[in-house]
Amino acid sequence: MNPSLALQRFFLKNGMALGIFLLVAVAFWMFILIILPQLFMVDFSLSKNLPPAEIGGPKDVLTFEHYKFMLYGSAKEAGSFNTVDLGVFMRTLLAAFFVTIFDLVLCYPIAYYLAQVAHGGWGRLMVLSLIVPFWVNEILRAFAFRIMFGSAGVINTFLIWAGILDQPYDFIPNNVALYAGLGYAFILLMIFPLYNAIESLDKNQIEAARDMGASWLRIHWRVVIPFAKPGISSGCTMVFMLTAGALAAPQILGGPSSLWFTQIIYQWFNTGGNWPRGSAYAIILLVSTILIVLLVMKIFKVKLGEIAK
Amino acid sequence: MSADVELNDVWIKFGDFVAARDVNITIEGGEFFSFLGPSGCGKTTLLRAVSGFLEPSQGTIKIGGQNMAGIGPNKRPTALIFQNLALFPLMAVWENIAFALEVRGMGKAARRKKADELLELIALPGQGDKLVHELSGGQKQRVAIARALAAEPEVLLLDEPLSALDLKLRQHMRTELRAIQQRVGITFIYITHDQGEALTMSDQVAVMREGIIEQVGDGNNIYDHPATSFVASFVGENNLFRGRITGIDGDYAMVDTNVGPLKARMTKTNGEVPLKFNDDAFVFVRPESLKFANGVNYENTVRARIAHQEFEGHFWQVYLDVAQAEKRISMSLVNDGQELGHETGSEVTLGFTPDLAVALPEGPLAAGE
Repeated sequence: MNPSLALQRFFLKNGMALGIFLLVAVAFWMFILIILPQLFMVDFSLSKNLPPAEIGGPKDVLTFEHYKFMLYGSAKEAGSFNTVDLGVFMRTLLAAFFVTIFDLVLCYPIAYYLAQVAHGGWGRLMVLSLIVPFWVNEILRAFAFRIMFGSAGVINTFLIWAGILDQPYDFIPNNVALYAGLGYAFILLMIFPLYNAIESLDKNQIEAARDMGASWLRIHWRVVIPFAKPGISSGCTMVFMLTAGALAAPQILGGPSSLWFTQIIYQWFNTGGNWPRGSAYAIILLVSTILIVLLVMKIFKVKLGEIAK
Repeated sequence: MSADVELNDVWIKFGDFVAARDVNITIEGGEFFSFLGPSGCGKTTLLRAVSGFLEPSQGTIKIGGQNMAGIGPNKRPTALIFQNLALFPLMAVWENIAFALEVRGMGKAARRKKADELLELIALPGQGDKLVHELSGGQKQRVAIARALAAEPEVLLLDEPLSALDLKLRQHMRTELRAIQQRVGITFIYITHDQGEALTMSDQVAVMREGIIEQVGDGNNIYDHPATSFVASFVGENNLFRGRITGIDGDYAMVDTNVGPLKARMTKTNGEVPLKFNDDAFVFVRPESLKFANGVNYENTVRARIAHQEFEGHFWQVYLDVAQAEKRISMSLVNDGQELGHETGSEVTLGFTPDLAVALPEGPLAAGE
């Protein structure tokens, strides 16, 4: 259909006022809130870090120095890499990957139970108890984890009382608290896509497979999981992206010696006072996570459209 | 291999609700057995108990002589065909059919071969690589049958599998199902609310009402010798006259009804007639048993006025109002090329012989009576 005709029909269907509102709202959302800030970030990342007076002056030229810095650091000789930043970057992606897998393993049974097994009141109670903790602010939740995992926290107290430990375990320096906090932070974004996908599976298919002698493992492997694949991809994508980009949990729960890549970005923007470099790092994180997600989707043969379902 | 299925004193309760009440049935190996009843009569519940998806609250279910208590659906020699078929949409047709074999660890080549054989059996050769959604309704139906047969069950359970098909296809699939059953020779237990399906396909039919088995018999028996008023009113069309017994003469009852005295035969249970003097009784006469008297001296006659007539092709359906009974009755007359000979609105006398009417104790009727 040609665009002007489509536009005409759109206004005919929605009326002038609603039509204009819809177009303006979508345009505002797309351009002002998403595309424009990202373009600014790209622009920033390709500029030199100059004092305000020199911006727009002769020294303000296009540069890849911030991207190069991420790779090589300030060293001049070839073959020496910026091992600190690259190391943190790789560790962040790897940790985000494992947090995603952990969340998937944890949430699949819960989602399956809610979608196919639980009835009425009990199921609603479970959903409520999953949602209510997220009414608490993210930062407060992270602090709650810090208190729980502290050396005098509930968990250590319990383990010592139960006789499993004789002295408190250092959960925070060993990053246990960090991974637990990150794992919990985006759990709902894993459960709900899974729940939606599994819930639409016809119970009779599960029963049919069972009737033909299939074990529970095979029923999940051959019937439920293939059916829930779009939900699994959608949940994993969100958890991976958000975990890799999380800031509050690493700031509050991270051990003193461990950095999350977002903390480095934060430092460049904040204490480092180098916005262009922060922007470059942020773009690197964004592009890498998108590429990883696309790659994984390719491997598991999931189409982008299926995720949006 | 086909196995007997035995249900002994089976009760199934959900809280206060009784879905099956003291069911005692023996289904012979290799038989096509139907449970016929209106929706909500407990027939699907009974089937789920046979397949193992639920345990009876009381009583035993035996398949091939073996008590099935505590044996799950994946361990029973039964295969169930679901009302909505429940084919796996993400598997190819042949993978659907071979699923039970995959479960048993059969190699891929052998599975494929077996699936292709079954596709031959259901007259869909070469369709194995298609996806389920590429098939028509009747083809899906047959794939579901093949998938169930691949498990080589001793008993095949079918839960109204034809109900989603259109009329023509449904009639065709009746013949097909019966033919497949005779080819594979295993026990079929078929659930339906459609009496046409039950009567045409089955060796034996059990008519169910509110969890109770009202009657078990072959199609002829159920249709011509209903044991209860429910069976008489649910299976086929029937005209009902209410009355009271004024006399018993062997297998025949004299019933004083509001259309006058009628004589009707009784269905014996355990050699006993079910009625005695002064009992409230129902007399049932099928539409095809009614004739225009046209001067012939029938033992039973009813005066009525023709309300309207419908030409159905191979027969005439005539609706008549009976003034004394304040009710409408119907009769079917075979189209033998002759005119009916009676105009709409005319008063006529209908006649029928006592052998074509059934007297039964007053009791529950099918919905709509």
